Amino acid sequence: MRVSTIGYNTKQGFKNIGRNWMFSLASVATIGACVFLFGLIFSIVVNFQYIVKNVEENVAITVLFEKDADQAVIDAIGEQINARSEVTKIEYVSAEEAWEKFRDVYFAGSEEAAEGFKNDNPLAYSSSYAVYVKSIDNQDELVKYIEGLDGVRTVNQSQTAATTLKGFNSLLAYISVAIIIILLLVAIFLINNTISIGIAIRKEEIGIMKLIGATNGFVRAPFIIEGLLIGLIGAAIPLVALYLMYNNVVQYILSKFTMLTDIIRFMNVNQVFEILLPVSLILGMGIGFIGSIITIRKHLKV
Amino acid sequence: MITLNGVSKSYGKGQPAISNMDLQIDKGEFVFVVGSSGSGKSTLIKLLLKELDTTEGTIRVNDQSLNNLRRSEIAKYRRGVGVVFQDFRLLKDRNVYENVAFAQRVIERPNRVIKKRVPEVLTMVGLAEKYKSLPKELSGGEQQRVALARALVNRPNILLADEPTGNLDPKTSFEIMKLLEEINERGTTVLVVTHNREIVNSLKKRVITLKKGVIVSDEQEGEYHES
Repeated sequence: MRVSTIGYNTKQGFKNIGRNWMFSLASVATIGACVFLFGLIFSIVVNFQYIVKNVEENVAITVLFEKDADQAVIDAIGEQINARSEVTKIEYVSAEEAWEKFRDVYFAGSEEAAEGFKNDNPLAYSSSYAVYVKSIDNQDELVKYIEGLDGVRTVNQSQTAATTLKGFNSLLAYISVAIIIILLLVAIFLINNTISIGIAIRKEEIGIMKLIGATNGFVRAPFIIEGLLIGLIGAAIPLVALYLMYNNVVQYILSKFTMLTDIIRFMNVNQVFEILLPVSLILGMGIGFIGSIITIRKHLKV
Repeated sequence: MITLNGVSKSYGKGQPAISNMDLQIDKGEFVFVVGSSGSGKSTLIKLLLKELDTTEGTIRVNDQSLNNLRRSEIAKYRRGVGVVFQDFRLLKDRNVYENVAFAQRVIERPNRVIKKRVPEVLTMVGLAEKYKSLPKELSGGEQQRVALARALVNRPNILLADEPTGNLDPKTSFEIMKLLEEINERGTTVLVVTHNREIVNSLKKRVITLKKGVIVSDEQEGEYHES
């Protein structure tokens, strides 16, 4: 197709939208709603995954040893744990370090009270390994393995927070997929209507075009462009809105749940949009393209 | 130029619209096709435009068989055939210039060609001054001139005119016929389907008379006989 022809057909595509602007607007709004929801859910899901990952990386399994375990036994346990593929990091926490940490947290502001334990570490025999895993999915298996090792007294795991988050995340993903599919179908149906009306309005023109010797591609091009434009506009509006909203919402959540600021870290808006922007634009234009193609095939047997 | 061999066209059961027709029209001819309603004139035009397929027989136009044309080749074929109708079929929301330019855009001519060719053909049909007018601002005769300009702008070898004077007064009808004659003199083969006895009888051209889908007479310098 020539550049001038593409220009001409693009202009006709714009004109089509103008000629039946009410249906075009309805289509843009539906695609907009679809992309907005998609963007919203996408942002929530990726942030959840990000948070879960953070939690997983920062929640460790604590391995405590038998009282009679000497350094050689402890070292051997460390080596065996380290050899496991699901382990990302293992840290040794001596009894003294454990007490220092505990003291800093629980005796903050009343250090003199802790002085009483000066020469008598209440956490003696509480030296431990903090074991960090890649994913909590294979944590259970690892815990069982460590519990079976000689010299291990107990293994503490704090999995609940991470698994709850994960469970909620997948539920959210399922619901959102269902909503998006329904909205997609509604959007395609509406575009179908919009293009059908466009074709009806231009029936005479199409007839003349065919008699003059227009190719199928030439007759169809303005309608495909119309669909793509509706999709593009429909996707662009909610993307701008989401971009502007994102930081405000993150700030709001963090200000409301101050105690969570240590655990919860949200993704940067640009990180989210790195994927969300192209995917949403493709989604919007894809809906527009599919909607118009279906209609053209049905109504424009040229 | 146009050859029909044993062509029949039926719409379902009953009397065929065109029955076993043989016809030969040479390059540069001016031919009237006459006949009452239902004689098969419109069907003939539609067959020549490949809007319809033959039920039997073969049609060749511009050394091309219409029977074997693929869907994608139909558009290309139609570019060599200009056509005008009784109801002009202009785009009401576009001015004279755009209506004529439309035919060039459809076949993807570049803008510089369109800008040169459209004024040329508008001058030829005598509408150069009115290129900005909308169809509703023109008389019937002027609208038909625009339709003719649109049919001719792509330089077709053949011009098909389906009742081109059907909506026009006698004086304007003669002007349009004069224009068709001029177009013919420039080398375009012209086939005019008409009811207008006065015009047919005064122009002394080849006249093919159809009745119930059959050619009943084919005369050089013929006349329109009452059937």
